Amino acid sequence: MENALLNVENINVYYGAIHAIKDVSFHVNKGEIVTLIGANGAGKTTTLQTISGLLRSKTGSITFDGKAIQAISPDKLVSHGLAQVPEGRRIFLQMSVEENLEMGAYTQPPAGVPQDLEMVFSLFPRLKERRRQVAGTLSGGEQQMLAMGRALMSHPKLLMLDEPSMGLAPILVEQIFEIIQNLNHNGSTILLVEQNAQMALSVAHRGYVLETGKIVTTGTGEELIRSPEIKRAYLGG
Amino acid sequence: MDFLTLLDYLIRGLSLGSIYAIIALGYTMVYGIAKMLNFAHGDVIMVGGYICFFTVSGMTPMFPEGSAAAAVVPAVAGVLLSMVVCTVLGVVIEGLAYKPLRQAPSLAVLITAIGVSYFLQNAALLLWSSSPKYFSPIVGSGQLKVGPLTISYVTLTTIAACVVIMIALTSFTGRTKMGKAMRAVSEDKGAAQLMGINVNRTISMTFAIGSALAAIAGVLLCSAYPTLTPTTGSMPGIKAFTAAVFGGIGSIPGALLGGLLLGIIEIFASAYISTQLSTAVVFGVLIVVLLVKPAGLLGKTVREKV
Repeated sequence: MENALLNVENINVYYGAIHAIKDVSFHVNKGEIVTLIGANGAGKTTTLQTISGLLRSKTGSITFDGKAIQAISPDKLVSHGLAQVPEGRRIFLQMSVEENLEMGAYTQPPAGVPQDLEMVFSLFPRLKERRRQVAGTLSGGEQQMLAMGRALMSHPKLLMLDEPSMGLAPILVEQIFEIIQNLNHNGSTILLVEQNAQMALSVAHRGYVLETGKIVTTGTGEELIRSPEIKRAYLGG
Repeated sequence: MDFLTLLDYLIRGLSLGSIYAIIALGYTMVYGIAKMLNFAHGDVIMVGGYICFFTVSGMTPMFPEGSAAAAVVPAVAGVLLSMVVCTVLGVVIEGLAYKPLRQAPSLAVLITAIGVSYFLQNAALLLWSSSPKYFSPIVGSGQLKVGPLTISYVTLTTIAACVVIMIALTSFTGRTKMGKAMRAVSEDKGAAQLMGINVNRTISMTFAIGSALAAIAGVLLCSAYPTLTPTTGSMPGIKAFTAAVFGGIGSIPGALLGGLLLGIIEIFASAYISTQLSTAVVFGVLIVVLLVKPAGLLGKTVREKV
């Protein structure tokens, strides 16, 4: 896929002797929501961390927006338009909501920051109410919103979300997925990694199924949700 | 024990405590960011003292004796030059000794820090010999009389320097982008990196600030206790480390509180218990604090929400 925004081709990642990712290839087109689903330990987070430069692939290539990004350090990738909401949110608990968002805008010219803050606050009004509060005092759902808002502050071309539903009550999970869809409608391209296959496939245009480090199936969100195999393995049907 | 003597001890305690606090700030900031105890910090203080000593003694003869310029120019140049040298030294130590060990177990880093400390002491011994240098107070040896109380200029300058440094650091970490990035790195390096923050540069920056503060502490320390030898920095360094742990290591207000309290405790202990025992009292306090409140007075125990 030469025109894809993100193109991952034949990557192999090792943790010492453990072969965690085996010949994984996939792509994300501009404007899409693409999801990587799979059980715990299938290699979803490892794949994301390889894209964001925290881990290195021994083979293959990763191109983003027409550039090979494998040799670029994680902190430089942000200014190339790649933002990641890490697993477990990893917001700065001792800093205020507003300071967390400012850190998201670290690579941006300071003049645009107030405007971007308003943009995030209009997406997440709850954050505006709590802008001076220390982030550690937010509820789990609010922390997830903050983590997403923080990533949006860098104007990413691709937003990578790692398990946004983790540890949240079902009602909040639905809210978060609604927000993900809204972001996509407003033009964001999203790569979504999830264990909650049902929710992820219901919002995604396309999906890939990872099993023990390999991609075993791919298709549109609808195709995968209807596939009997997927139903048996991931959707409890 | 009259009130005046008590007040005099208190002021002296605050002054000594201010020096500890300024040193403790360096320990606590480096610990907060790099999660390591930089035991060479005390020896950077000693280097700062020597640089200031040589600058002042080298420059003073250039000015007419007794003139205002002779009192001001060498002193200012001495402080500035020692800050510059210590800043460079701190960054170089970090880059050469600690940076290669970023992924190493913390014990390896600790042992390296102790090694750097001995290296600096012995390099100083080689360069400047073990015979003490007599440091003349940077602000002169005058005194201010407030009613029946006399306070030396050195004492006043020390307390004032501590106040200015605290205000400057608080607004740096609270208001500036670089300062906030430092706090972000100290909380979560990985997440900070995902924000686009260059973690290595932030760590160097922290060493630079900590070492510049060490230079100031060195000049103040030598002004108050004028004998300068290659081991001058080690005892105050260890006491300031105690102060940082006492206040809660990683916390900037904690370093201030710990430093001031430790200075006051030390002065009162040497006045009312025994001069020889005052150091033992200081470390006794550390042991008690660690038993009762392991995180230190202002130390945070962070809870994580899931």
